[in-house]
Amino acid sequence: MSAATATLPRPTATAVADSRTTPRDHLRHIGALTRRNLMRIKADPESLFDVLLMPIIFTLLFVYVFGGAVSGNQQAYKQYLIPGLLGGTGLNLAMAVGTGLNSDLQTGVMDRFRSLPIARSSVLIGKMLAEACRGLVSFTVLIVFALILGLQLKTGLPGVLGAVGLALVFGMSLVWISMLLGLTMKSAQAVQGVGMLVVMPLQFGSSIFAPTSTMPGWLHEFTKVNPLSNLADACRALINGGPVAHSVSMVLLWSVAITAITAPLAVNRFRKRV
Amino acid sequence: MTTTTAAPNDQGHRFTLRTTAQVGAEPANAVEARGIVKHYGATKALDGVDLTVRQGTVLGVLGPNGAGKTTLIRVLSTLIRPDAGSATVGGYDVLRQPKQLRRTIGLTGQYASVDEYLSGSENLYLIGRLLDLSRRDAKARAVELLERFSLTEAAGRPAKTYSGGMRRRLDLAASMIGRPRVLYLDEPTTGLDPRTRNEVWEEVRRMVAEGSTVLLTTQYMEEAEQLATDLTVIDRGRVIANGTVDGLKREVGGRTLRVRPARPGELAEMVRCLTDAGVLGATATPDGELLSVPIGGDEQLTAVIGVLGGRGFGIAGIDTVVPSLDEVFLAITGKTSTDSTAVIEETQR
Repeated sequence: MSAATATLPRPTATAVADSRTTPRDHLRHIGALTRRNLMRIKADPESLFDVLLMPIIFTLLFVYVFGGAVSGNQQAYKQYLIPGLLGGTGLNLAMAVGTGLNSDLQTGVMDRFRSLPIARSSVLIGKMLAEACRGLVSFTVLIVFALILGLQLKTGLPGVLGAVGLALVFGMSLVWISMLLGLTMKSAQAVQGVGMLVVMPLQFGSSIFAPTSTMPGWLHEFTKVNPLSNLADACRALINGGPVAHSVSMVLLWSVAITAITAPLAVNRFRKRV
Repeated sequence: MTTTTAAPNDQGHRFTLRTTAQVGAEPANAVEARGIVKHYGATKALDGVDLTVRQGTVLGVLGPNGAGKTTLIRVLSTLIRPDAGSATVGGYDVLRQPKQLRRTIGLTGQYASVDEYLSGSENLYLIGRLLDLSRRDAKARAVELLERFSLTEAAGRPAKTYSGGMRRRLDLAASMIGRPRVLYLDEPTTGLDPRTRNEVWEEVRRMVAEGSTVLLTTQYMEEAEQLATDLTVIDRGRVIANGTVDGLKREVGGRTLRVRPARPGELAEMVRCLTDAGVLGATATPDGELLSVPIGGDEQLTAVIGVLGGRGFGIAGIDTVVPSLDEVFLAITGKTSTDSTAVIEETQR
């Protein structure tokens, strides 16, 4: 975000005094707020524990505890599970955002931001972009760890980059849902509770951990409409090879739809929140 | 927009006194609120509050906890919408021109609103960038304000390592970055020790001397007396008195002079002597140790000391105390038991 504004010189007092907010101003506000969120992470490295450890724990747990039983072949299961875990990790990280946002709202810093002549959406967008950076770190840890365990990138670098990018896009749309929850509910605990209620069925009622064909009919139907199944299928196809058009376009469609609905609602809640 | 460009965003790195020409271009009243109502469920946080802050003055909003002071500040800084009523700040309407209004104000909350994890200079730089300063200007302004608020040494440390007073000063610095024409200080010294409180008061006086208009909320009569030119007293969401500080002080009896006689046996004689000299209300305190005299103004203070000295009484110690908030309330509501609003005579204007 620093790079985005580095080329835009703003040396004059008259430019500053103009009270109209240009798109360029918005970008700078978003950049400054994203930077603030990233500096907070730097100042509090413990906040990266979930990002670093979750992909490792999930991978170990499912590959070695359940892997043999699920597929009878740990190597094959790695190739099946790891791409889907991009989606699972993204979901877990995204749903935690609302809890943090809710606690942030109790601090005076938010009042300060809200009393500044900036678009209030910049505060939320800055938060989302910082979360995207966290997500990217987590995905990198997941892929690197999986490579150590013997994951094969059958389609090479473009495939894995595509999968990570897709998971990131979808995760960013989930962040808006999470922020909406965080802005709507009264306490951080409540947000966390509801977040879990969302995460568990979406995560396990999908094709992330196991093929859905053995599931009972109603659950099978649920997994088919669950966008996390689309995402897991898309990431698997991108990394292992196979047809990608349907699953990728479904994921993009879901991402756009979720963002289009929840982002304006979240910004509105943030504007009105006392 | 011609008025906003003049004062708050001029890029000189030193503070400048605003010229009369600039002040003249601004509305006569920096803040005007009429009939502000805000309900939270059945609770009436604000129940029809009128308030005026004249340009270049300090209005003290005095009231106990829960009187509605913070709600009022939040309405006037566009953080919440009033249920009824209207208000302008720097000529901008709180409902219709929130963005211009936000460019006019600086806000210092009751709880220091700085980012704990960022250092002092990072906090100020961030606000500067959000206020559309260039990188270089934002950095320069941060350095300048850190210096001014004696935070230069702590500039690189996370704000969470700061003492209460340092945080409050950083918070004040943050609200000064955009050179706001109107500053809101919401209980700026609540919870601070006396020394730190004096530091904050010094800063507020300096800001006012440099031309800022200040809306200050406080629970302390003493703070209002130290800083404010005008006072609005609110209780349970309603204005129960307003006027000048001197007017209100006359209303509630002003200060009390307390004298410790060098020879304790002379106390009764001191009281008699002052009463004979025409000083009203001189008494011995219940513990029989001090002489207590209500004081209307500095001349009277001088006169009383003069009488005591002139008659050869020895004085071991003197001080003056301002009435507590309780006493102020007692005086106002005692006088106006039938009418909830007392308008105090304003001879100062």
